[in-house]
Amino acid sequence: MKHSITLNVNGDTYNLAVDPWRTLNEVLREDLNLTGTKFGCGSGDCGACTVMLDGRAVSSCLTLAVEADGKEILTVEGLAPSGEKLHPIQEAFIEKGAIQCGFCTPGMEIAALDLLRRNPGPKEDQIREALAGNLCRCTGYAKIVEAVQDAADKMKSNQS
Amino acid sequence: MPIPRFDYFAPRTVDEAVNLLAQAGPDGRVMAGGTDLLVKIRFRVIHPAAIVGLKKIEGLERISFSRNKGLTIGATALLADVAASSPVRRYYPGVAQAADQTANVQVRNMGTVVGNLCNASPSADNAPTLLALGARVRITGPGGQRSMSLEDFFRGPGMTALEPGEIVTAVTVPLPPPRSATAYLSLSARAKLDCSAVGVGVMLALDDRDRCKDLRIFVGACAPIPVRAGGAEQVLIGEKLTDSTVEQAALEAAKATQPIDDVRASADYRYKMATVLTIRAIMDARKRALRKKN
Repeated sequence: MKHSITLNVNGDTYNLAVDPWRTLNEVLREDLNLTGTKFGCGSGDCGACTVMLDGRAVSSCLTLAVEADGKEILTVEGLAPSGEKLHPIQEAFIEKGAIQCGFCTPGMEIAALDLLRRNPGPKEDQIREALAGNLCRCTGYAKIVEAVQDAADKMKSNQS
Repeated sequence: MPIPRFDYFAPRTVDEAVNLLAQAGPDGRVMAGGTDLLVKIRFRVIHPAAIVGLKKIEGLERISFSRNKGLTIGATALLADVAASSPVRRYYPGVAQAADQTANVQVRNMGTVVGNLCNASPSADNAPTLLALGARVRITGPGGQRSMSLEDFFRGPGMTALEPGEIVTAVTVPLPPPRSATAYLSLSARAKLDCSAVGVGVMLALDDRDRCKDLRIFVGACAPIPVRAGGAEQVLIGEKLTDSTVEQAALEAAKATQPIDDVRASADYRYKMATVLTIRAIMDARKRALRKKN
């Protein structure tokens, strides 16, 4: 039996009928064509599928779409709503060279956003701890950590 | 690998959940955060026909504390919320520490403390400290409500004392004794994300002369279930906590374990680290307990 659900994704409301075994990741990618969010390990280890669910970073591959009913979801596509000016986190990732193949990037950026909302001035070890659930096989993480530090500075100066 | 098909139910009350589970029979499974269950389903370890989700049951997500009743952590209280809860951090720092050391940010935002206990992994990070504090689980099932000590709850890897159709609705923790402190320390191959290779939880209470008045030590991931290091406790109870008495106790703690070799660590390493972590956990708890005058 399909369940009818309402998702608010990046500010847009979608009414959908979904099978109960389908994940939020599948619905975002296959039904809504929001393919920025990746599918990696399927077991909550790699973080490539990370999205914000009611303001918290979660693995969309381990979230049933039916359990996301009525919730607000933010994906990488929603980071820069205007489509013209990038989010400070995205700018920092580009400027610091924190993106190589790019597969981990959407998850990394959402996890970074989760961190910076909770802790606007994280130390290096706090950044590494917050990104422990996001694997990158290209960069060696140094540039990503630098990018998050830089994003924190950018976001602070934007506020002041 | 897509997730195989199942029916899904989101009851509004515990009684409704129990009924749904009874109807589903052996093919039904309870789901709290889903971070273990959905992985097992995706990788074909289990094949449930029906899932009963607990998240819509109002009140189960609550973490409540009172000086009379102690701490109650509801079945759907998130690991992240337990780790951040101010009464948990203040009165049960070891419980907060353990929740905060479980998995990664994403899993802590989805998974639950009670789910971690119900999966009954020998390495469950939240078990040793709660065991050391004398926690109990509250259970509702077809036969009504009951509660049992967490110590009696674990029966083997992935096995608990739950009868078919029963649901753990909360874990309750008594108020810690005066001049006591808890600590949880764990080690794993990759420092953060992966399952612990060894975990030690302790609850230590001091008397007015700073001697060990009460002590409970549980070691995780070193036996089929988290084991109590009773021999080690006996070494220290009534004694002064010095480097040498604590080391002697910690050597006893390792003797309570039956570690195995696996991908996370060798049996030999686990045995040695059970001693090391026991020393550190007791000293950590001692330091915190000494700050409390009475």
